[in-house]
Amino acid sequence: MTAEPFPSTAEAKLELLTRINRAIAGAEQQPLPPYPVSAPLSREAVLHQFEDRILDYKAAFTRVLAGEIVGAVAAALGGARRVIVPPGLAAAWLPAGLDMLRDDPPLSHADLDRAEAVVTGCAVAVSETGTIILDHGPDQGRRALSLIPDLHVCLVRGDQVVQTVRQAVDTVAASVRAGRPLTWLSGGSATSDIELVRVEGVHGPRHLHVIVVE
Amino acid sequence: MSDHGGLHPAQPFPEAAREQVVRAQLRANLRKVTHTIREKRANVVGELPQWEQLRTLGAATKDASLANLSDRLLQLEQSVKARGGHVHWARDAQEAREIVARIAAAHGARELIKVKSITSDEIELNRALEERGIHAIETDLAELIVQLSHDRPSHILVPAIHRNRAEIQALFNAELPGEGELPDDPAALAAAARRYLRHKFLTTKMAVSGANFAIAETGTVCVVESEGNGRMCVTLPEVLVSIMGIEKVLETWEDISVFMELLPRSSTAERMNPYNSFWSGVTPGDGPQEFHLVLLDNGRTNVLADDFGRQTLRCIRCSACLNVCPVYERAGGHAYGSVYPGPIGAILTPQLLGMHDKNANTLPGASSLCGACYDVCPVKINIPQVLIYLRSEANLQKGLTAEALAMKGMKFVMSEGWRFEGALELARVGQGPLVHGDAITSLPGPLAGWTQVRDLKPFPKEGFRDWWRNRPAPVDAAPPAIVQKAEEGPVPPQKKEGGQFDAEPPREDTL
Ligand code: SF4
Repeated sequence: MTAEPFPSTAEAKLELLTRINRAIAGAEQQPLPPYPVSAPLSREAVLHQFEDRILDYKAAFTRVLAGEIVGAVAAALGGARRVIVPPGLAAAWLPAGLDMLRDDPPLSHADLDRAEAVVTGCAVAVSETGTIILDHGPDQGRRALSLIPDLHVCLVRGDQVVQTVRQAVDTVAASVRAGRPLTWLSGGSATSDIELVRVEGVHGPRHLHVIVVE
Repeated sequence: MSDHGGLHPAQPFPEAAREQVVRAQLRANLRKVTHTIREKRANVVGELPQWEQLRTLGAATKDASLANLSDRLLQLEQSVKARGGHVHWARDAQEAREIVARIAAAHGARELIKVKSITSDEIELNRALEERGIHAIETDLAELIVQLSHDRPSHILVPAIHRNRAEIQALFNAELPGEGELPDDPAALAAAARRYLRHKFLTTKMAVSGANFAIAETGTVCVVESEGNGRMCVTLPEVLVSIMGIEKVLETWEDISVFMELLPRSSTAERMNPYNSFWSGVTPGDGPQEFHLVLLDNGRTNVLADDFGRQTLRCIRCSACLNVCPVYERAGGHAYGSVYPGPIGAILTPQLLGMHDKNANTLPGASSLCGACYDVCPVKINIPQVLIYLRSEANLQKGLTAEALAMKGMKFVMSEGWRFEGALELARVGQGPLVHGDAITSLPGPLAGWTQVRDLKPFPKEGFRDWWRNRPAPVDAAPPAIVQKAEEGPVPPQKKEGGQFDAEPPREDTL
């Protein structure tokens, strides 16, 4: 990796900045209006809203108590056996008898492609939009892990579900400032490019199963 | 002259539109799609009572960023470099293509994968790469359809909106190797594309994307998508190049929030689109280990320099304005001749190219000024106002034309009732030789420009005033009910000497 492989752009940069400065000379800046927020819902209503949105995306949803995780994960995995497990995900949450693919050392693209499913945690979730945000911490693994297998089982702690996008953006601010990538998931992969007929699953995981744990 | 790539319309809008409106299949496809998205959008927008305040905040956030654009871009450059990425500055389309081509050449890439990006269409990247023996594969399903059929995108969001399943079936049967005979079922067609592209995702070393937003503070670039092809492209290859217009930069991470509320609901009419990817430079052990960000001007500083037109740069390319536009619905995306179609294209293209461009400066005429585009725009770009403003700019460029003279004459005639009635009488007599069937399809001399784009209804034998005077007296002489005034549309400005704007009611033009 070279530091600056295209030194000719220094001239372009100078001219571009000159053009911009000429263009915005005297432009006034107004103070930003306050951020409008939704009326807050109760905890229970937030979780209900989250479930409703997830189901609306045609993803699967289960809500369980801590002691029921293993059973819920087993049910969500269905017949999938070759399962990717990020390095930081608690093995205690996984059912026995899986062919676990630990990403340590990193799996090749071909290995990932042979996997049937992946189980991850998440960083935060948004009830209003049914969105799950991964900041690719240890229980979620690098981006490719949750991208290539056809089934993604995602474990969400009840206290990770916030109501609004704004709250979620604040929650992951520290991760972003630390340079971590983010993936926001709202349902599974989908396209509506042919006559607006929604087709589930084009390139990403075709199936998403969300398990909320309390 | 610098090279503007795919911005430039090859013909004036009225000519191009005349060719497109006769395509019945196109119009049927367009109507179905725009109406479906439009209705869904209204529902999800209705869920947020604070929608109007979100729009105001979205507009203000973009304005603030544009008011400090050079600082924001320098900050972005620093943050991306601090995270191990490279930043390039491109004055025009040609420079941007050159940068991408050189990166590809440095890695000996013969093939690369692409996330849908209008900015890359704007700089005509694929053609430039092809000329150097590098094949750029579009991975968005609609873009793949467009690419395989050697066509052009017709919609920002659904680029193959003008093709139906039978056309796509025939295309895939001819073009996708090893798929055999495919049925015309959208699920089967999408599955075929999945098989074709999966191998490419897993093995291609370089990818090119656009960027929906970039955060100056953290060096974070964002790609918003549905299919997962975007995640594949920005995650799996070793080298990633993202091309973004300079107007896409935001100041702080928190600024992204309002746009993640506004964009999906306006665009695909979903509460959130399936996938958003955010990355900052290079993350060791995760994703591409070489990252380049190309900052593109290509006329944007022209737009920035105009105090009134500047609001156009707030655009987040949601395409909501296309879906509500009656002109777009009939003429279709290709009539605009540029990579930017619809209402936003009608104001963005001529501003990027400069109002002296004689094809582009016909685009501000591509509107009925109904105001629907302004109502839906999530960042409150007053498209009708900008259209009127640009029309007056275009007229200033043209000087005193026949149309300008005709308008002056109309003003004289219409300012006094008796002159107007006299003129009508004259018109009824004078139009005789021009009426064919029940329409005037061509006017003589300098007025021909009018009928080139519209058929005129002949003046009726009896005008409203005559009918009113001659009508039988009403049986019950109750005062007529007051007809409720139609809801007022946005008010277009008139440019006056000092650059001030005056409010006047909108003028109704028809295509
Ligand atoms: S002008 Fe407004 S409505 Fe049209 S694409 Fe841009 S942001 Fe969307």
